[in-house]
Amino acid sequence: MSERTDRLLQIADDELFLGWRDSEWTGIAPFLEEDVAFSSIAQNEIGHARALYELAAAELGTTADELAFDRRPDEYRCAPLVQLRRLEWARTIARRWLYETADEIRLDALKRSVDPEIAGIAAKMDREEAYHRMHAEMWVDRLLATKEGSTRLDEAVDELWPYALGVLDDELRPELRRRVEERLGRTLSEVEAVPRTLHEAELAELWKEMTVVRRSEPAGSQW
Amino acid sequence: MPDLVFEVFRQERKGKPLEHAGSFRAPDERAAEIYAREFYGRRHESEALWLVPRSAVHAIGDFPEEFDKSYRRVDGYSLRAQLREARERAGTAESAPGGRAT
Repeated sequence: MSERTDRLLQIADDELFLGWRDSEWTGIAPFLEEDVAFSSIAQNEIGHARALYELAAAELGTTADELAFDRRPDEYRCAPLVQLRRLEWARTIARRWLYETADEIRLDALKRSVDPEIAGIAAKMDREEAYHRMHAEMWVDRLLATKEGSTRLDEAVDELWPYALGVLDDELRPELRRRVEERLGRTLSEVEAVPRTLHEAELAELWKEMTVVRRSEPAGSQW
Repeated sequence: MPDLVFEVFRQERKGKPLEHAGSFRAPDERAAEIYAREFYGRRHESEALWLVPRSAVHAIGDFPEEFDKSYRRVDGYSLRAQLREARERAGTAESAPGGRAT
């Protein structure tokens, strides 16, 4: 597998798993409007995953569905940040915001790629991610506005920080630190990034749920 | 938490009027814009949106009608009876030229 395809799968897996995790709020988000908007954003992420899988599939001679659902859990390349199950609103917001901040840095780098397909899909994703960032930034401000909210956001960011660093390659991590520290107005601890090669136990659980329908029917079934 | 109600006016295509499309709750205008984009914009179904806090709407819903003012309406006069009389006088009842009798 080429480095290009490996890279595409990393980002696609990130978007698929984050989309899936965020969709776990459908029906139980803090209030109705947030529920609908949050679910819509989760769906967008899965749409990005599909577009990226399609590019990878063209090179591998397979399909987006097969890449999304027919690999073994240990073959996924998503960052541990998006594997975690954290059904607690401050943690969900902290993860979304950390992911979107890291993703913006990653997309900026990809938009400058000499590969026109990569640069094109990055620019397309970034135009939609801009609204996801608006949403995440709004929630960060809402949490920062109260003492309880900012305490909970701080705890969540501290817990997730090593995972957030793991979304990016080494050379992009200092920029993530700079942006997050500037936004929160505090220094974050020096920690080791949680690498992509690490698979949280939650990944296997989510994989089972995500592929249950796919696995229940023989390959090639038409829906 | 979401304590404001926003009324949404949606323009479907350029040149068409903005029409009331519904309402939703949001904690403030910033959240309202994000929600409106997701609810009314994600399928490219809108050309433009106006978000109006319900508190900004001066609503009127009572129109007393103590006296018969039907004569003020453009449909206040029925021409049917006058037309029938005119046709009877002319002897052309039920077969008005160039059209059906009404």
